[in-house]
Amino acid sequence: MGLRKVAIVGAGITKFVRRAEETGQEMSYLAVKMALDQAGLKLKDVEMVTVGSAPDAFDGVHMKGEYLLSGAGGNNKQYIRNFVGGGTGVFAPIHGWMHVASGACDVCLVVCSEKMSSCHPHPQGAFLTIFDHTTEQPLKPTLIWIFALEMRRYMETYGLTRADIARVSVKNKNNAIDHPSAQVAEKVTLEDVLNSEVLAEPVHRLDISPASDGAAAVVLVSEEVAKRLTDKPVWIAGVGWNLDTAYWATKDLYYPRYVEKAARMAYEMAGISEPQKEIHVAEPYDPFDYKELHHMEGLLLCDRGEAARLTAEGYTARSGNLPVCPSGGALGVGNPISATGLMKVIEIFLQLREEAGKRQVPGKPKVGVAQAWGDLMQVGTVIVLRR
Amino acid sequence: MKIEQVPVKGLTSEEYDKAVKISWKPKLQYAWDNGIAIGKYLQALKEGKILASLCHGCGRTMLPARSFCELCWRPTDGETYVEDTGVVNTFAICHVNWDASRLKPDEPRHIPAVIEINGASSGQGIMHVLGNVNPADVKIGMKVRAVWKPAGEREGSITDIKYFEPY
Repeated sequence: MGLRKVAIVGAGITKFVRRAEETGQEMSYLAVKMALDQAGLKLKDVEMVTVGSAPDAFDGVHMKGEYLLSGAGGNNKQYIRNFVGGGTGVFAPIHGWMHVASGACDVCLVVCSEKMSSCHPHPQGAFLTIFDHTTEQPLKPTLIWIFALEMRRYMETYGLTRADIARVSVKNKNNAIDHPSAQVAEKVTLEDVLNSEVLAEPVHRLDISPASDGAAAVVLVSEEVAKRLTDKPVWIAGVGWNLDTAYWATKDLYYPRYVEKAARMAYEMAGISEPQKEIHVAEPYDPFDYKELHHMEGLLLCDRGEAARLTAEGYTARSGNLPVCPSGGALGVGNPISATGLMKVIEIFLQLREEAGKRQVPGKPKVGVAQAWGDLMQVGTVIVLRR
Repeated sequence: MKIEQVPVKGLTSEEYDKAVKISWKPKLQYAWDNGIAIGKYLQALKEGKILASLCHGCGRTMLPARSFCELCWRPTDGETYVEDTGVVNTFAICHVNWDASRLKPDEPRHIPAVIEINGASSGQGIMHVLGNVNPADVKIGMKVRAVWKPAGEREGSITDIKYFEPY
């Protein structure tokens, strides 16, 4: 396709917190500063900037891309906001990849910032208007409805219990204890998750990631620039994205086919034909615990209906054959929507550079995948990294 | 700079309560056009019927009604009434309101469901709520029928169906 190679050479991330004192601009500045410092670059070296951020309704700031511009380092540069709902955090580096792979620039900054705490009484309320205004909103849906409906359909299809699914929450929240950005890392037990407050059966409180504030950034560069900057570039080997219909009730919710289509696109680009063997570490999106299992299957990392069993057997633990969400995921590190997706990409970047500290998975991983999901069970965004 | 050095720390509840706050309540209102296809769908609901669209390209009978087939990328080929009965594809029992506030113990739980409507193509479901049923008795695959508001109270809204109940 005549695409140029693109490397990640720096990453920055703030702590994820419930109510940050900092504005979205200030958090963006901190993440960008850290990413540029790691890359050994100055802002003047950056040619283009792409910013990912979730719905404006969280911040209550219209034109959020323009609002975040100065903190994201975008003043008087080729700057643009990208948005595909909850899939934004992994789409943002894909968007940055387009800038560099196409030859439009050699250095592109990718920034994701989210400030959910501004929304009262609860950011969950901002999701009401994602449902169809005529045929669904009059039924007064809550956001959790759609997850509970999907989780039950998934459980029913494969005969899974709540415990089968809750193990993901236990794993990720415990993994997050080693992540310096973590908001809700805690030693929880299976009983804690099973006995937590019921919100919308079968979903309980500890099955869900928290609402968070936070920001993350990465620096993407062309091959030529990467060679000058570092002897440890991590290459973007494949990217994929796919969106399914907003008629969400007309598709069987047990399987995210849009994630599979996005994954197949990314794997083909990366030359991966057997993802179960060729991928060494994975960060699927886990806003709810069942979602990690759902996405492992969509990413073709295991056979359909097998993800829960593999989790119970420790296959997806940090020391397992395929570590899944070694960062602690959205469930443990926190879920400032777009920043979460980029946090997952950063986790793969650090794992492949063997710079993940206490979170480092064994076996010198060479290839990893990160994925985000969003909207009315509609979008899959996938990125494959290779060292 | 390392993450540990990034100053973002988050306010405690005490700090948050003490903080100077400015709040804004948007008073915008929206008047949404129903569109061509959904306009007919709502008119049918007012008459106590469920209207689906036909596509002769893929052969689907689609819900909710639509002006064009998004798969065949052509105009739909008219409409047909389908049954006001269906099968529960999946459901939830919800204990919270849309803004995350909790239902009171004596308030009835909300039971949203995806209902595959009889007469539409396989898998063509709509979201609605179940009623007149003990939440513990709801099952995937359960047969349900629409419970309509009285004709005089129907206004051309999805809520003209009060809920679906087992039959």
